[in-house]
Amino acid sequence: MPITVRSFDRLSDATSVLSSDRAARFIAGGTLVMRDLHEGDVSVSTLVRSMDRTFAEISTTGGRIEIGAGATMAKVLANRDLAFLHPVARHVGGPAIRQMATVGGNLFAPSPYGDFATALLALDATVSLASGFSPREVPLAEFLSHRDRPGNGVVSKVSFPRPPHDAFRFRKASRVRPKGASVIAIAAVLPQSGGRISGARVAYGAMAQTPIRVPAVERALEGKTLDPSGISTAVAVAAEGLSPPTDPIATSWYRSEVAPVHLRRLLLGETG
Amino acid sequence: MPKTPVQFRINGTDKAVFADGGQSLLDVIRREVGDTAPKYGCGQGTCGACMVLIDGEPHLSCILLAEMADGRSIETASNLDQGGQIHPLQDAFMTHFAAQCGFCTPGMLMAAKALLDKVPNPTREQVIDAISDNLCRCTGYEPIINAILDAAQNPSRRSA
Repeated sequence: MPITVRSFDRLSDATSVLSSDRAARFIAGGTLVMRDLHEGDVSVSTLVRSMDRTFAEISTTGGRIEIGAGATMAKVLANRDLAFLHPVARHVGGPAIRQMATVGGNLFAPSPYGDFATALLALDATVSLASGFSPREVPLAEFLSHRDRPGNGVVSKVSFPRPPHDAFRFRKASRVRPKGASVIAIAAVLPQSGGRISGARVAYGAMAQTPIRVPAVERALEGKTLDPSGISTAVAVAAEGLSPPTDPIATSWYRSEVAPVHLRRLLLGETG
Repeated sequence: MPKTPVQFRINGTDKAVFADGGQSLLDVIRREVGDTAPKYGCGQGTCGACMVLIDGEPHLSCILLAEMADGRSIETASNLDQGGQIHPLQDAFMTHFAAQCGFCTPGMLMAAKALLDKVPNPTREQVIDAISDNLCRCTGYEPIINAILDAAQNPSRRSA
């Protein structure tokens, strides 16, 4: 099927086309969309691009961080104020993929991909959606639950509160180093008060069809210390109630078995 | 089929082409420009055989929409040799038997060039990361890594 490419200077113009044409698809870095086209996706007749500079801007001033959906992983890595996110961005593909893959695109990456989205979920991110009708903001968890629904609009940016110093942690297990799809990715924000965890947010990647929060682990960490004794209950419920997917990277059983191992290592700051 | 005018500089020469809708940069480079150094491997951005440098940064041209290269400067492996002399990386690849079937080599060379242009004396880990977008089914990677490290340590090497 012939494909038309339409480029717009303003994101709002791009969203207007998308809202009126069901066969139109937004393209940013192209790492997902171009793959689909090469696979023979005939549902797309129009590719819509935005040249809006604000679409890729990053703002780190104040207590809330905003990352334009068009910002690439390389751009995140070039931003010193986002140093806590560098280990996450560095795990997204190799150098070439990181030049192309965008933060917004990562929200749509199918499992077992989407490590950056996992981190954003732990960071309590909000997704800003631009649509032909009205812009709106939704919590990332809600967005992920219906990310493939037509008519969502275009993700224009993500924003989240700056985490307390040293409170953010990320760990990814993969079979291939340095680059590989996740067996499991774990991101956590672990604020501490008086040496005890207060208000932990823990998210898993590759343990469901989209990144997910792990409320059982979060509850088990409340008021606990980050030592082997304090985290024991959280580790025990690491995979409680989850049905991880089976894919070429790992079986559901394997993911459930290794989740406690990697959660423990993340919480205790262990390497390896 | 709707076409879009795209202009870019490739290996130091300005080019203007009409890209088909949805056409990848790799397809434009091979079919419209006639430079067959970048290879079509997986078409999924997984193997790295299509790697080119855009404004000095590595990109996977098979999953890059041609329009995205508009106004930018592209380098391919065709441009590595200068004045009849092969590039130190090419020389090192020969010395270390870093190519067997050769299909991955143009991409590997560009990944290595992108690294050495920024990090003249990389560590082994940096080399491994630099070529982590590239697959090689022949060499087992060790000769490639050694060649890149050798080229970094001996930047003036030239074949006789």
